[in-house]
Amino acid sequence: MSATASRASGARERRSNPLRALLEAHRSLAAILGMAVVTAALPLLAAMPPLNGFNSQGVWVDSFANAGVFVLLALGLNIVVGLAGLLDLGYAAFFAIGAYTYAFGASPFSGNDFPFWIMLLIGAIVAATFGLLLGAPTLRLRGDYLAIVTLGFGEIVPTVFLNADKYTKGTNGISGVYQPSLAGYNFTFTDPWPYYLTMAVILTLAILAIYRLQDSRVGRAWMAIREDELAAASNGVNPVSTKLLAFALGASTAGLAGAFYSAKLTFVSPDQFGFTVSFTVLAMVVLGGMGNIWGVGVGAFLLFIIQSVLLKQLNPFFASFGLTGIDFLQYQYLLYGLALVAMMLLRPEGLFPSVRRRRELHAAEELPEEPVAAEAAEGSTP
Amino acid sequence: MQTQRSIRLPARLDGSQLPFVAAIAGSLVVAYALVGPQQFSNFLTIGAVYALIALGYTMVYGIIELINFAHGDVFMVGSFVALWILSGPLGLHGSIDNPALLAVVLVGLFLVTMLILGALGIFIERFAYRPLRNAPRLAPLITAIGVSFILQNIMQAFFGPSPVNSPQIFTLNARFDVAGASIGYLNVFIVAVAVALMIALQLFVGRTRLGRAMRSTAQDREAAELMGVDINLTIAFTFFIGSALAGAAGIVWVLYFGYAVFNQGFYAGLFAFTAAVLGGIGNTTGAALGGFVIGFLQVAAAQYGYSRWSEVAIFGVLVLVLVFRPTGLLGQQLGERA
Repeated sequence: MSATASRASGARERRSNPLRALLEAHRSLAAILGMAVVTAALPLLAAMPPLNGFNSQGVWVDSFANAGVFVLLALGLNIVVGLAGLLDLGYAAFFAIGAYTYAFGASPFSGNDFPFWIMLLIGAIVAATFGLLLGAPTLRLRGDYLAIVTLGFGEIVPTVFLNADKYTKGTNGISGVYQPSLAGYNFTFTDPWPYYLTMAVILTLAILAIYRLQDSRVGRAWMAIREDELAAASNGVNPVSTKLLAFALGASTAGLAGAFYSAKLTFVSPDQFGFTVSFTVLAMVVLGGMGNIWGVGVGAFLLFIIQSVLLKQLNPFFASFGLTGIDFLQYQYLLYGLALVAMMLLRPEGLFPSVRRRRELHAAEELPEEPVAAEAAEGSTP
Repeated sequence: MQTQRSIRLPARLDGSQLPFVAAIAGSLVVAYALVGPQQFSNFLTIGAVYALIALGYTMVYGIIELINFAHGDVFMVGSFVALWILSGPLGLHGSIDNPALLAVVLVGLFLVTMLILGALGIFIERFAYRPLRNAPRLAPLITAIGVSFILQNIMQAFFGPSPVNSPQIFTLNARFDVAGASIGYLNVFIVAVAVALMIALQLFVGRTRLGRAMRSTAQDREAAELMGVDINLTIAFTFFIGSALAGAAGIVWVLYFGYAVFNQGFYAGLFAFTAAVLGGIGNTTGAALGGFVIGFLQVAAAQYGYSRWSEVAIFGVLVLVLVFRPTGLLGQQLGERA
């Protein structure tokens, strides 16, 4: 109540715009409207220059749907890393579990054909179960030990899918995974629009849920644990169950993303879920601005588009300056690495930091000689 | 206020350490019995590589609490530098049979490679980590990932994407027989070099002025600064030593396996970091111990025909150790930072 009031009054101070005040007071409405605008605007942008110079609109919409998968992953990891402050370096494991769950549930290989919409939920539930199984014994560990255990888990899961070839077809992967259908309409490769719109709906629901969670008692407990676990525990927050919930929710988001992804690609194989995926998603969260839902979403979207669309255009781009004969595609990860370093050096708090974090960093800059402020900025991170 | 950072040294050897020494000796005997004489020397060699890399991880983590993900790739660069020195300026193709000449080449190879790699470590710290020293903890982690991509791609640009063979300067058939196993002089040399470097590191950290500066910086950076320790110099030097040791591991890799490839640092780094955590991160002895444990698991898994599952075994053991001993094998119990 008071938070809503102060937010509204803050908006009035900045600008007496009634629409803005309304949206800031009703964030769910703002989220739905925002997602609707974005969903409508992206395909329009894709049909206009300069974007239509790279790809046709259909290819762009397909990339946007794939980008949505990574936005969903980043939103889920943001719960774990950004809100609860647990460093998870093996997030791709839950993505893989969700994807394989769907492949087992609906493919000629397994002989099952469960409906996609139910399998989305089952993928999320199975991934959350594995999150609980991994989290229960390990979440008592201190931050960086947790990081390495999750890193190990992220390596083990694809290795198990690779080696248990009797059940997963090993390195060949499971192909021919069934595509979804809705009310008699079958999703196909040729038409990316249904996937795009489905993803937009899933993302809207996810953003609504995460906002609600963040402002709830649970969300405050997460942030309290992130800032100071000892103090939070002293004030009656149960650290283990609170962390476990964050971990399970993050895992279920990844599981859902995985189920969607395997249905869209109609194919799963272990090498889709390696280390690079975990790192890419973490980079998305950090670059976007940890803890800020919109920042993470935009960061993930931009990074995915840069990595999967724009870097692929390097050869034609340089060729237009008369530079041919060098395969720039070969060096795309060099550029990616340079971009990661440069962006972090320029904006260590991310592109769109959460208000709280910006305030902390700002305080630290104002009082560089004050050890308490410096310690607060240092101690605030997970 | 108790901080988590520290670079810890073991106490001087006295009576209280006897159970520990006995435990290590006992596990070596068990290891020997499990894998047999031939694989035993293999395990010591691979363990030495992991231990040398793990030392760099553990020192950097001890002093600035950064999981330096680029460290595995620094090791990889070390392999390529060694390979290039051998086949480029020295123009070697086969083995060197003259023992005196071989010794000179090896000493020069280690000196030059470790110096170059140490300089690389200082360079990386200066440009990728130092500007972010007071930034949120995850920011330098992301730049570390970026540096890892950059190093891999530069090496790929120079040496190509497929494994590059290096000249075998040790005669492969120079072996001697012990207890029914044929042991190469190369294996003995590698283990000896690794142990010598580890002892040198312990002496350096424990006995010298700069080593004391490193330990005090690890314990409490601000207090150390107030006592007149040059923090930037100390941290840069920590990176120098860690990267030089990774360079040594890179040379050992090239000598033993006879090739280098641009992505070899990934798994080696992952396992070495696991080794550092297994031993108790920040603890140099623990890192060495962890390296040998990981080396043993890998060799034993291969010995029993489960080499495809060695990763699962390694990380499974890690999880088990951390569940029952949450700060690693030799880690100290420290309170949560208030």
